[in-house]
Amino acid sequence: MFGLAALDLARIQFAFTMSFHILFPAITIGLASYLAVLEICWLKTKRQVFVDLYHFWLRIFAVNFGMGVVSGIVMAYQFGTNWGYFSEFAGSITGPLLAYEVLTAFFLEAGFLGVMLFGWTRVGPGLHLFATCMVALGTLISATWILGSNSWMQTPQGYEIVGNRMVPVDWLKIIFNPSFPYRLVHMSIAAFLSTALFVGASAAWHLLRGRDKPAVRTMLSMAMWMLLIVAPIQALVGDMHGINTLKHQPAKIAALEGHWQNEGDKPLPLLLFGIPSMEDEETRFAVGIPRLGSIILTHSWDGQIKGLKEFPRGDRPNSLIVFWSFRVMVGLGLLMIALGVWGAWLRRKGRMHDTRPFLRMAMWMGPAGLVAVLAGWITTEVGRQPWVVYGVLRTADAASKHGAGTLALSLGLFVMAYLFVFGVGIAYVLRLVRKGPQTFENAHPPDGGPGQGRTPARPLSVPEPEAADRQDGP
Amino acid sequence: MGIDTTSIWAGIIFFAVFMYVVLDGFDLGIGMLYPFVKDRRERDIMMNTVAPIWDGNETWLVLGGEGLLLAFPVAYSIILSGLYLPLIFMLIGLIFRGVAFEFRFKANDRERPIWDLAFIGGSVTAAFFQGVSLGAFLSGIPVSGRSYAGGPFDWLAPFPLAAGAGVMIAYTLLGSTWLIMRTEGELQQRMIRLARPFGLLMLAAIVGASIWTPLAQHQVAERWFSFPNLLFLAPVPLLVAGAIVLLMWSLKRDPFRLPFIAALALVLLGYTGMAISIWPHVVPPAITIWEAASPPATQGFALVGTLFVLPFILMYTVWSYWVFRGKISGKEGYH
Repeated sequence: MFGLAALDLARIQFAFTMSFHILFPAITIGLASYLAVLEICWLKTKRQVFVDLYHFWLRIFAVNFGMGVVSGIVMAYQFGTNWGYFSEFAGSITGPLLAYEVLTAFFLEAGFLGVMLFGWTRVGPGLHLFATCMVALGTLISATWILGSNSWMQTPQGYEIVGNRMVPVDWLKIIFNPSFPYRLVHMSIAAFLSTALFVGASAAWHLLRGRDKPAVRTMLSMAMWMLLIVAPIQALVGDMHGINTLKHQPAKIAALEGHWQNEGDKPLPLLLFGIPSMEDEETRFAVGIPRLGSIILTHSWDGQIKGLKEFPRGDRPNSLIVFWSFRVMVGLGLLMIALGVWGAWLRRKGRMHDTRPFLRMAMWMGPAGLVAVLAGWITTEVGRQPWVVYGVLRTADAASKHGAGTLALSLGLFVMAYLFVFGVGIAYVLRLVRKGPQTFENAHPPDGGPGQGRTPARPLSVPEPEAADRQDGP
Repeated sequence: MGIDTTSIWAGIIFFAVFMYVVLDGFDLGIGMLYPFVKDRRERDIMMNTVAPIWDGNETWLVLGGEGLLLAFPVAYSIILSGLYLPLIFMLIGLIFRGVAFEFRFKANDRERPIWDLAFIGGSVTAAFFQGVSLGAFLSGIPVSGRSYAGGPFDWLAPFPLAAGAGVMIAYTLLGSTWLIMRTEGELQQRMIRLARPFGLLMLAAIVGASIWTPLAQHQVAERWFSFPNLLFLAPVPLLVAGAIVLLMWSLKRDPFRLPFIAALALVLLGYTGMAISIWPHVVPPAITIWEAASPPATQGFALVGTLFVLPFILMYTVWSYWVFRGKISGKEGYH
């Protein structure tokens, strides 16, 4: 009884800290690449809008990156503090993947971040662009390793169990496990989409308030191009990811479709609504489109998948949660495609920047990417239950043995600290967005002499338009 | 084969944690020195001496953690579970400290005191609980089978708490000497005045630890005071004395880089002394590095890349320090 409570608290703590954390890397990955593109555009065209936008988004990137770093360190330690047995059992395999993430990604990002944020006048334009690109590359390398590790936990292979721990046998098989390519592409695109929606919403907010500037229009245009091209690709990748999951984790698919059993040869409907009940083993109030489930899941007219009842009760993920988290993700994805298409249609008529209903939708869709990311992760992680390493180690066996009191204390501290720190942080990000892109005056810093640093003409923290924008500055 | 990857990994983790202690040590020290400096512009300067590099400094802590996970999974599991609360407190301290770097410059005048406080409180909390964790680790972690066998509050004991104070002193000394190197004028003078008492406190901490640990743990006493170890280890106290003399002399005569180098030497000596005391245990006093080692396929796979990548990391880290070298003054129109 008490043990169960402690396990639940440990799981809540992981879900809470992880959910907060993933928001920041999702935006970091997208913004870093966006900044690299903006800087390349600036160096190629020398158009002021690009350097203005670069410095506008750089400030937001800095705040977001800081929050990602501090919430990420918690994750690195949590595997040991809360999931000791998992670390002992599987650390020989996940350990090197995480260590390679630190070595090839975290250091790269951190090493070049300083120059990217504060080095505009201290290094030449080429070197500064190089720093931006290294940070962007670092974010993608980081995603690769961490998704390799997570995917291996979802679809483990290339190991054997010797004594009481997992031992690596084939590293290529471990890293390139069956779900890895799909998850990597799906998440990287999700990060780009989340960022595009955030950038687009920021532009829409300014346009709705009549702040029609070239930089704002450029922002909206770039975001909508991204959405138009990438949102449909994401749907395709998501479909492939789903087929892959059906092959390797059929219980997850059965749960997220609320599918309990096959009835004769009847093709599967696609349920749009329903309340799956784990006790009664049925999905109540089901409303669906006939045959569409078969077409989507099996790419055939009347294919069937395993129902949840074919799995022992103890091996079933919670259908109620993943049924709905999956639908939230897919629903938002469809809205993203719609927004992209609407934008393209308006662009042809030259009305993208002043069609108010469209701008309103773009604004409200600002957080949609992040919500979809959360919903997707909830689907895949809850859908993996009751396993932490799928089919090998159960979540219930993975935890460190702490008392419920200790865990309640740490969870309480995390909740208070996160809500305060990241609540204020997100408010600061929105405050920066509200200021909008400003004219950046130091676009062409003077050259320093040979061997000299260039004139440090700017503050060393990420620059901000000064006092005029402060609410109660001196 | 003949190559003991386990010892090499112990060395890499030793190195990563040392880099962390030194690099984030002066960052955290700056946070703990904030209460001694009230002026906003001077506080800006202090923070700006590390703003471009603090993130990289903190990354060494993550490398230490992940290195422990991959090379000694069972030690990672036992140590992190055993030091649960101090590590959670440390992480929360690091959160407040870390965001303060950005938030402080984004805040308006009404909000800035909150982030000054977060910077101070976060730095103090992180430093203190790193010390507590270190002290609890050195005191020995009770193990039964392959799991932690102690209670959640075992660290609430005199030695770990004293170690918490010791680490705070060491970091503050590093912070003050770093600022002597990176600032000028009145701020630098104040740091010189502060570095003296903290240098003496550091000496007291090292002497205290050197007496306390062997008295409390016979293994440590055996390691240091048995023959012929005594002979090889005799230079350590002499080097400590030398570093203290260099610190005090340079504070008087040449307050630029030398005080920082002397402080580094003190920290290195204290840190190495601890490593000598526990070697070859990764969970003192029960588990040695070889007993906790991950399989050769793990250590080997990770080692190849680590040895390849580490030189590059050191190179661009040095480069980024080089880009932001020199004295930071308030003249460039800081916020």
